[in-house]
Amino acid sequence: MKKIYVREEWCLGCHLCEYYCANANLGNGDMAKTLKGAAICPCIRVEEDDRISFAVPCRHCEEPHCKKSCITGAISVEGGVVRVDKDKCVGCFTCVLACPYGAVMPSADGHAVQKCELCLQNNTGGAPACVAHCPNRAIIFEEEAEVASA
Amino acid sequence: MDLYVHPEFEIVRSEKKCIACRACERQCANCAHGYDAASGSMESYDEKCVNCHRCVTLCPTKALKIVQTQHTFRPNANWSNDTIRELYLQANTGGVLLSSMGNPRPLPNYFDRILLNASQVTNPSIDPLREPMETRTYLGKKAIPLVRDANGRLTENLPPQITLTMPLMFSAMSYGSISYNAHASLARAATALGICYNTGEGGLHRDFYKYGPNTIVQVASGRFGIHGDYLMAGAAVEIKMGQGAKPGIGGHLPGKKNIGEVARTRMTPDGSDAISPAPHHDIYSIEDLRQLVYSLKEATGNTKPIIVKIAAVHNVAAIASGVARSGADIIAIDGFRGGTGAAPTRIRDNVGIPIELALASVDARLREEGIRDDISLVVGGSIRSSTDWIKAIALGADACYIATGALLALGCHLCRSCHIGLCNWGIATQRPDLVKRLNPEVGTEHLVNLVKAWQHELKEVMGGMGINSVEALRGNRLMLRGVGMTQEELDVLGIKHAGV
Repeated sequence: MKKIYVREEWCLGCHLCEYYCANANLGNGDMAKTLKGAAICPCIRVEEDDRISFAVPCRHCEEPHCKKSCITGAISVEGGVVRVDKDKCVGCFTCVLACPYGAVMPSADGHAVQKCELCLQNNTGGAPACVAHCPNRAIIFEEEAEVASA
Repeated sequence: MDLYVHPEFEIVRSEKKCIACRACERQCANCAHGYDAASGSMESYDEKCVNCHRCVTLCPTKALKIVQTQHTFRPNANWSNDTIRELYLQANTGGVLLSSMGNPRPLPNYFDRILLNASQVTNPSIDPLREPMETRTYLGKKAIPLVRDANGRLTENLPPQITLTMPLMFSAMSYGSISYNAHASLARAATALGICYNTGEGGLHRDFYKYGPNTIVQVASGRFGIHGDYLMAGAAVEIKMGQGAKPGIGGHLPGKKNIGEVARTRMTPDGSDAISPAPHHDIYSIEDLRQLVYSLKEATGNTKPIIVKIAAVHNVAAIASGVARSGADIIAIDGFRGGTGAAPTRIRDNVGIPIELALASVDARLREEGIRDDISLVVGGSIRSSTDWIKAIALGADACYIATGALLALGCHLCRSCHIGLCNWGIATQRPDLVKRLNPEVGTEHLVNLVKAWQHELKEVMGGMGINSVEALRGNRLMLRGVGMTQEELDVLGIKHAGV
């Protein structure tokens, strides 16, 4: 299964992945119109200090802590992708606490959680926006085996 | 008080489009962008902008453009804005003006005044997609006596050659002037393409010895990073006598760039200025050059062709004849539009001659003297496109060197600020956070694409001429015609005027 991998070696800390992610999840339209004056709420976040930076997306764990912690069954694994059913989510945020990577977060409206679903939940056609727009190919969408052997 | 020099460029930001993502601010090593937290909007500092387009390229909403300032001195055809600005800078600092990359002045470009031929009716053109088209090239001495063994078979006594899949190479750019990742991109691309790249004068980083068969190692006047293994590592050894951007002067890598791996590769103390003297202190004549050529041949067990690189200057034909007689296998000539990581502006802009003229006169002179086959001829100095390359080959070059073109493929936007060391594209810098901006995976891909595209175009043009091998294009000046040139210019180039 293809997952998103981040190569710290090439991450520039430009934060563009966050903006492309936020825009994709808001309809993937004209970014200037969509994000002008808005606080963004992306599913991928860049962690950094003054020496190092890397983007952190969901790892799509085989046995996700978030899924185990969910009290309503809103989080499921579908074909290896950890997905959230926002209709079932009651916004208790237990999963936010449970995720060791900080990859699950409250959505912008604060009523449910959101997480990276490999752009399957938006209209980018399953081609993750952060990968497509990373200027230095630091974020890649690869088969697990290929990344392990590279 | 210093004389005020107004910024050359202005950063124009569309307030309608800008979403204040701060990518421009984070990406500008010159600090030309800022963020005002109080208003939540971006700010620009025009005086810091070098017009490298890093921000423009990365801006996700394309809210930015850089324009030339309309601020002007009173218009004066003699004293241009640039001339006045440079004079003020010198009055303020007392220093020699520094510049980077190639000569930007609007001097005549002869490639642009040469047109190519194609077949019509009397000889058929060839479709390179349907028929084989040979671009393989061997560089080195060809003129050898044929010797037969007792059975009458030819003995193999051809001197060492460089084998290239096409007559193109990446020219010398030192590790130090450009980054580790830029070198890695060039080395990997050269290997993938079956051509060569050139270490420049900064030695060869230990990680890149594996690309040796596609590497030309350089020996320059500073003798940086040279040892036995280095000389044996490459496909050929190049003695750098001169550089097109700065004929007659040496090089100077400032101590702040000569650090860590760069200093280690150069075998110099960390943080010391790496100064290449103007002359090689052991070369004051053709006879001295011959000694170095033969020393290097001996050091490499006669297994590597020796290249001598010179800048195109006034007596280039006579100099090239001397180089051919020095025992060198290949002569590389660098024209006055060639690039540099740093050179005095006045020298870059005024010293040397165009490569088109130098090439034509050297090729003609070597033929006249009957020594053309003793030496291969490689030229560089602003080969901007496949047609510059094709025209150079038709004028007599065995192969061309490209460097500025290769850097453009790596992301360079020709802002000509390499000497500042803050290259936002990760090319001409040693600052680790900037170097990492050039992912060699991406760089290699772009270089391979560029060269493959040029090779396709070479084949198309050759096919149109009815030529199916680059050997038959070489020195084939009948394929060239000049437009808008004087008889003298046509005579030097050895071509006819269009219509004749």
